[in-house]
Parts: sequence; structure tokens; C-alpha cells
Amino acid sequence: MDNKAWTGFIGGDWQETINVRDFIQKNYTVYTSDDTFLTGATERTKNLKKKFDELYSLEQEKGGVIDIDTDTVSSLLSYAPGYLDKDNEIIVGLQTDRPLVRGVNPFAGIAMARQACNAYGYKVGKSVEENVKYLTTHNDGVFKAYSDEMKKMRKSGVITGLPDSYGRGRVIGDYRRVALYGVDRLIEEKILDKKALAHMEMLEENIRLAEELHEQISYLNKLKEMALAYGIDISKPATNAKEAVQWLYFAYLGSIKQQNGAALSIGRISSFLDIYFERDIKEGILTEETVQEIVDDLILKLRMARQLRTPDYNDLFAGDPMWITEAVGGISENGTPLVTKTSFRFLHTLYTLGPAPEPNITILWSEMLPEGFKRYCSKVSIETDSIQYENDDLMRPIYGDDYGIACCVSAMRMGKEMQFFGARCNLPKVLLMALNGGIDELTGQQVGPTMDPIKGEYLDYNEVVTRFDYYRDWLCKSYVNTMNVIHYMHDKYAYEKLHMALHDTNVHRFMAFGIAGLSVVGDSLSAIKYSKVKPIKNDAGIIVDFEIEGEYPEFGNDDDRVDDIVVKVVEDFDKSLKKNKTYRNAEHTLSILTITSNVVYGKKTGSTPDGRKVGEPFAPGANPMHNRDKMGALASLNSVAKIPFESCRDGVSCTFTVTPKAIGSTLDEQIDNLVSIMDGYFGQNAHHSNVNVLDKSKLIKAMEEPQNYPNLTIRVSGYAVNFHRLTKKQQLEVIDRTFHERL
Amino acid sequence: MLGKIHSFETMGALDGPGIRFIVFMQGCPLRCIYCHNPDTWNITLGEEIDSDEIVRRAKRFSSYFRLKGGVTLSGGEPLQQAEFCKDIFMKLKENKIHTALDTSGCIFNENVRQLLEYTDLVILDIKHADPTKFKEITGQEIQNTLSFFEYVAKINVPLWIRQVIVPGLNDSYEDMVELSKLIRGIKAIERVELLPYHVMGVKKWSELGIEYKLTSVEEPTLEKMDFLKEVLRTHGIPIF
Repeated sequence: MDNKAWTGFIGGDWQETINVRDFIQKNYTVYTSDDTFLTGATERTKNLKKKFDELYSLEQEKGGVIDIDTDTVSSLLSYAPGYLDKDNEIIVGLQTDRPLVRGVNPFAGIAMARQACNAYGYKVGKSVEENVKYLTTHNDGVFKAYSDEMKKMRKSGVITGLPDSYGRGRVIGDYRRVALYGVDRLIEEKILDKKALAHMEMLEENIRLAEELHEQISYLNKLKEMALAYGIDISKPATNAKEAVQWLYFAYLGSIKQQNGAALSIGRISSFLDIYFERDIKEGILTEETVQEIVDDLILKLRMARQLRTPDYNDLFAGDPMWITEAVGGISENGTPLVTKTSFRFLHTLYTLGPAPEPNITILWSEMLPEGFKRYCSKVSIETDSIQYENDDLMRPIYGDDYGIACCVSAMRMGKEMQFFGARCNLPKVLLMALNGGIDELTGQQVGPTMDPIKGEYLDYNEVVTRFDYYRDWLCKSYVNTMNVIHYMHDKYAYEKLHMALHDTNVHRFMAFGIAGLSVVGDSLSAIKYSKVKPIKNDAGIIVDFEIEGEYPEFGNDDDRVDDIVVKVVEDFDKSLKKNKTYRNAEHTLSILTITSNVVYGKKTGSTPDGRKVGEPFAPGANPMHNRDKMGALASLNSVAKIPFESCRDGVSCTFTVTPKAIGSTLDEQIDNLVSIMDGYFGQNAHHSNVNVLDKSKLIKAMEEPQNYPNLTIRVSGYAVNFHRLTKKQQLEVIDRTFHERL
Repeated sequence: MLGKIHSFETMGALDGPGIRFIVFMQGCPLRCIYCHNPDTWNITLGEEIDSDEIVRRAKRFSSYFRLKGGVTLSGGEPLQQAEFCKDIFMKLKENKIHTALDTSGCIFNENVRQLLEYTDLVILDIKHADPTKFKEITGQEIQNTLSFFEYVAKINVPLWIRQVIVPGLNDSYEDMVELSKLIRGIKAIERVELLPYHVMGVKKWSELGIEYKLTSVEEPTLEKMDFLKEVLRTHGIPIF
């Protein structure tokens, strides 16, 4: 192999097989001190950032889209090279030929592309429409196979956000492979795999894989060609840090040109790149300042990534997110922290380039992280509200020490595992259907199995639970079936050719299901069990409201009476899912995550037995309902921490919002206390936390005077978003949400 | 042992070092005219809870305490249930949990002395250093507070001194000089804090049907607070 590129690296298995983890473990330099070594942004970076800011403002002025190239089908070789500032960029490559201009990607569904174009005053061009005429899209395929019941469920909103008209995303290519091995080596390996397949029984499974391998190889070749258009040959391994960053970025760029998936993470790149930076610093090629410059340039490129979305999509997932999630930190299996200087440098971009939602920096927290790093993360949270945390001590035993986070919370081994994304079901609506005998409480339409509505003046807990179990099993069966249809068609018509080329040939697959409104269901069942709940029917005999007599224990107060109900709801749901077979034998996983969809889900749901009124938002993710946590923030976290990761392997999202004063009187105390909160929360096997440290008054002011808070970034369930890119309703929901403050 | 509790706050970060589990005790003999928790005054109200239950609940939060944090008994006035407080602190110390007592020091007796044996930190809110003004604010004599303060200083329990600054009541140069004379040179003192009066508790007064006399008083300005801190500093008080 090309040994020159690897000079100075400690050899090992990684030279013989594709094994990036082994390369990292043999070569990385752990950093256990603090942030004092960091340097500020250079003049070059500031100028480039200014150019980006001007374009960003223009994009906002134009209603969120700067321009759409409507005449080209987005792919790796569709566009001429584009630049933000050709002479001053260190890392190059844009999705289309001009910065922030969006391409049209019809493979997952042309309807969405048409709607999106129309919404911004454009029209899909003739040449694209002509192409589509002879193309079956993923969306076409799905609707050919959907049953009537699936369509009804989708329409009623009992399951929504399904990836049946856009790219499913949640697949992370191991982009590092391109930097470490060069594309040629990756092609060689894939050719060998394909040859080996020739000796196997040629039935559906292997035929599909053979075709997929053919596509993977073809797209690796296209990736090389795409880079060559920028004058860069990435067929061989990168020989220095700048090349490593460029090779890796090209791999990511090619992937997002080919796919418009909902969430396309970058993976776990910072400590990998650190090995190259360290080598170049030792050799005198780079200094701290020039290293930060390269990192800044890469991050700025990631902040420029865009996909074409419809306004409807934006209602569900506000703020034009890409979920370019980068997992930072964590601990090696041998107990050494995976924290390097470049872990700090990535976080530092929130100062050199200012706070921003992308990339979605996710700290893999462990009790064993170095104190200096813990404190720096805490400081970044307090000052920028731009990062999230996940429990490495919980995930490492399952996913090892080289996993990434797809989208918000989904862990998967880099290059070895992928996910079939399945959005989420509206669990409070399922509960209402159980009471109403399968009837949608808002439309009166029969959606689920027919049964008489529940009888009696007050709801009987045992009867409600029996009915709920029945309707949940029905839902889970249909949900799994629907997902099987979707992912069969996505593999067939919108396969992630380049992403999957950057995986091992034989991958483990997850099928990720989700629940929205968990705390509403938990509180509803608690109300029925511990107080008296009287259903109110309308003229048609449908239960549309409830009267609650007395008090009941509410989720979020560390009270086992209700927390145990919530835990059981989740465990039973997971068990019910697993009774149903999945496409490609994927492993069922479950998340408690809503993104911003808790607002839309609430809108589509009638009054619930917990006292929540029709149309009111759910709490985000696994959060307790607004203002029901009476014991303060940590009791609320304790309740959420009880939700077992074992039954929610796709993640349990919690958004934690406090005012600065509530966690200490000085910045130093605040930093220290936030570290204690993280250690305490994750020490109880909790999974995820979005952290916001901000004043409610600041948000209210920002709503009134948006121009004065242009970069106000906040964490919502699973990702960060620019506050101004939320809808008014979503902004109000965030402001109403429990703020843990102190009188 | 049973005692009267008003409420809990699981994420305290100001009343003692680190993360605090705060127990607000029911009952207080003082009637401070700016009190923001008048709903804690009446000891016949509140919830009766066993000290074992309080310790059990507090322990649920021990993972957040790390090296510094712990439990703070606040109020109301914890000293009104000193025996009960002692029972809680004793049990917390058996569990190696840091204990802080947030008090006005307005009760001083044998039970209080015993309670202090299990107290790692006293947060003493001295309403005013001047006896007349103290009575004007609280409705009670200053003597107990002074005795409490002297005793804590003598047995050298770490001590934070606090005063709530209310415009017109204790925001003058002279007020600060008087306070400095009282607390200067006491070894046990680790921290001195001036807290700005706020109006967020006023609503509770009308809910309880009690007349609130400070309706025209506004919160002190930041500049005023800085000035008063500076006065303390120049009079030999290391202010936090």
C-alpha cells in the first residue's frame, strides 16, 4: 500500500483491512488539559465568514431559499465546481455550482420537489420533469404498495413524518475511509466483495446485494471524478491534514449531492483528523492557528449544506435542519478518553464562527471524561446553547468506541451499522382511539379496528389499559408493515449508493420506530388510576373531552407512582414492536424523540385524560408536560432518567432549559454546577440531554426584535435551531415550556 | 421523626456550594415586611413528613452533588423545628451528605446548639445590624440573632452572611458601615452576599389576604448594589 501517506503512523490491522477504528486507537493523542491552547479566528476566516453571513442574510430576505437550480437533477457530477471565495478557501466543494443554491433531487419523490419549488416561486424544469417521466421514484413505489389502512393511518396522523416522499437519511457514511485509504483502495475491496458473492446462492438477498455493490463501485468512481473537477485527485490516501480534511469533506459532499435524506450526519471525525493535525504540527507544516483555520473552513462548509424542503416539512422539523451530527469525546474501550485537541477545536468554532445549529455537535459524555473537557463543554453550553449531550457510558458497551450519532440520538457503529428511519407514532392519539373504538376523535373517521366506545361514567383504569394494549398491538403491527414497505422501496429506488459504499458490505440494520407524546400518555393513565376521570361525549357519541376530579401524580416529579407507568408504556411498546417481522431482518429500535413535531402532533390530537386540551402541544421528546414538574429541574431529570435505554435503543431525548441564575451566581459556579448536573443525570443511566442556559425574557425580546438577535441558537428536541427559523407557534411553545428558574 | 414541610426544590444552586436539594420548612416567627414566602409563616399549614422520607428523597439526588453539593434546610425558619432539623442532618451525615442551614438565626436554645453540631455550613441572613431597624423589618428583637451569630462564630462553623437590600430600609452608606462593624474579623465567615430585593413574592401576599406595605418600593438598581458592595469592601469585608 501507499506507505508514504502513512509515514509516522503506527501500523496495525488498519493497514491490512478497512479498519478506521484500529487506526485511531493506535495513533491518537489524548488531551486531558483545558482550552487555553486555542487561538482565535484569522483575518482570512473572518472575511470568509463575512461573505457567508451576507449570503445567509440574502437567503433569509428571500424567504429561506436563495435560489434553486430547477433544471438539473442533483448528483455528484451534475454541477460545475462552485466556490464561496475561490482564492481564499482552504477546503473546497459545494453541492451545486453556487453557494446556498439548492438542487432538485427527485429520486425519493418528485411531488415533494415540485411542492418545494412552487412554495418558493419556482417550477421544476422541463429537463428534470422529462427525466422523471421514465423514473420510478421511491414515493411512487411506496404508494403502489401501501394498503388502504396504511393510507388512513398516515392521513389521520397516528403515524406521521414517515420517509415515504423524501430521502430517509439516518445513514452515516464512514467518510474517514476516503482520507485514510483513498478511493482506489475502497473500490478494490468492494470488487473483491462482489466477486465473493458470485459463489453464493443467487436469490433475492444476494441479487439485491450484487446490484447494490455495482452501484457502490460506480459511485466511488463518480466521487473521484467529482473531486477531479476541483483539480484534486483523491484516488490515493491523503498525505497531510489539509488533504485529509478535503478528502473527507468530498466524501460527505458527494453523499449529500446524491441523497436528500432527512438527517445526514458526518459521524465521528474530530479525533480522527487530530492524528493528521498532530503529525503536521510535529513536522512544522502547521501551527495551532493554521490548524484552527482548516477546522473553521470545514465547519463553514458544513454550515452551507442545504436541501430543498417543503413548508410542510418545515412545520415538522423547523429551521431547515440538516442534522450534520458530529460526535465528540467519549471514552475508548480501554478506558482512555477519546478527547483530543481537535475535540476542543471543533467546539471552539462556536466562537471563531459564532453560535450556529450546524453541525449538530454532540458530546459523548462519560464520568471518565477529563475535567478540563467537561468544563469546556459546560462553558460552551452556557455561552452558546448550541450543543447536546449523550451518555457514552450507556452506549459504549453496546456500540463500542467508534460509533456516530445519526440525526439527533441514534447511535450506530461507523461504517458497520445503518438505520431504517421510521419517524414516530402519536401515542396519545392511539390512547384516544382505544377509548373511542378505533375512531379518530377529530374527524370521526374509523381508522383502527372497530369496537364499541368505552362505557361508564368514569374511566376504569384496568379497562382502559386492556383496550390500550389491544390498540397498541394493532398500531405496532401496522407500523412495522408500513416501515417494511417504505424501506423496501427506498432500497429499490433511492438507494444511498455512496453512503453505503463507505460502509462494510455486510452491515447490521436497525429499524427505528418512535413515540411522540409519552408524558401525555403517562399522565393520562396516572389521572385515570389515581383520580376520577369522566369522559365527555359529543352528539355523535365520540369522547372529545374529559373532566378530572382530584389530583394525580404527574410525570416529572421523581414519583414512582406515575414514572413506573411511563416505563411500562415504553417497555410494552418495544415488546409489541418486536413481535413483528422486519424487512432485511433489521433490529427493532425505539426512540422517544419529537424534534419540533410535538407542536404539530398536539395540533392533530383531541383533548386527553391528563387535562391537556385539544390542539395543545405535547411536551418535546421524553420531557414532562409543561409546568407539571413541581419539584424543580432535577426531579424532572430523574423521572426521565428512569426510561430504560434497553427498551429505547434509538434514544430518549430530553430538553433541559434553565436560566443562568438558576445554576449559579458566577460563570465559574455555573460551569461547575452544569458539570455536576450532567454527571448526576447520566450517572443514573439517562441517555440524552439538550442543554439551554438562557433567560425567558431574552427569548421574548428576540421575538419582538429579531434583528437584534440574529444568531440566537437554541436546542430543541435533538438538535439546535436558529430561534428565528421557528414558526411563531413553535416560538411560543418554546417560551411556554418549563423554564427552570428561581425566585 | 415528623416535621412540617412547605416544599422542595431539587435544583438549588445558590443556597450553599454546588447543587443543593433544598427543603423549605413550614413556620417562621418573623414577619419581615418584604418576605417573599409569607405562605411559609403559619406552622399549622404545610405537609407533615417523616425525616426518613426527607433523607430518602434527598439521596435520590446525591449523584448530582459530586464533591461539593448537598442538602440545604431553608424556609420558613428551620430553627423553629430545630430538633426535627437535627434529626435530618444527623441522618444525612450518616450518609456523608453536606448539610447547610439557611436561617435568620432568630431562635437560639439548646436544640439549636445541638443542631449546629451536624451543620456543615450556616447561611445567616442578618436582616439589619441595627436593633431598631431590625425590629422594624421583622417585628422581633435582634438579640437571638446576635447570640446565634456569636455562637456560630465561636464554634467556628463555616458561615455565609447575607442581607437582602431593600431601598429605603437598608441601602444607605451608614447601613453598610454598621453591618461591617458587626461581621468584621470573624474567622468563620467564608462569604458575604448582598441580595437585591425583588417583587416576585408580592402576589403571594394578596393571595393570602395580607396587606403588603412596600407596594411603592422598587428593586434596587445594579449601580446601587455595586455601590453598597464597595462600601463593605472598603470597610474590610471581602464581599462575594
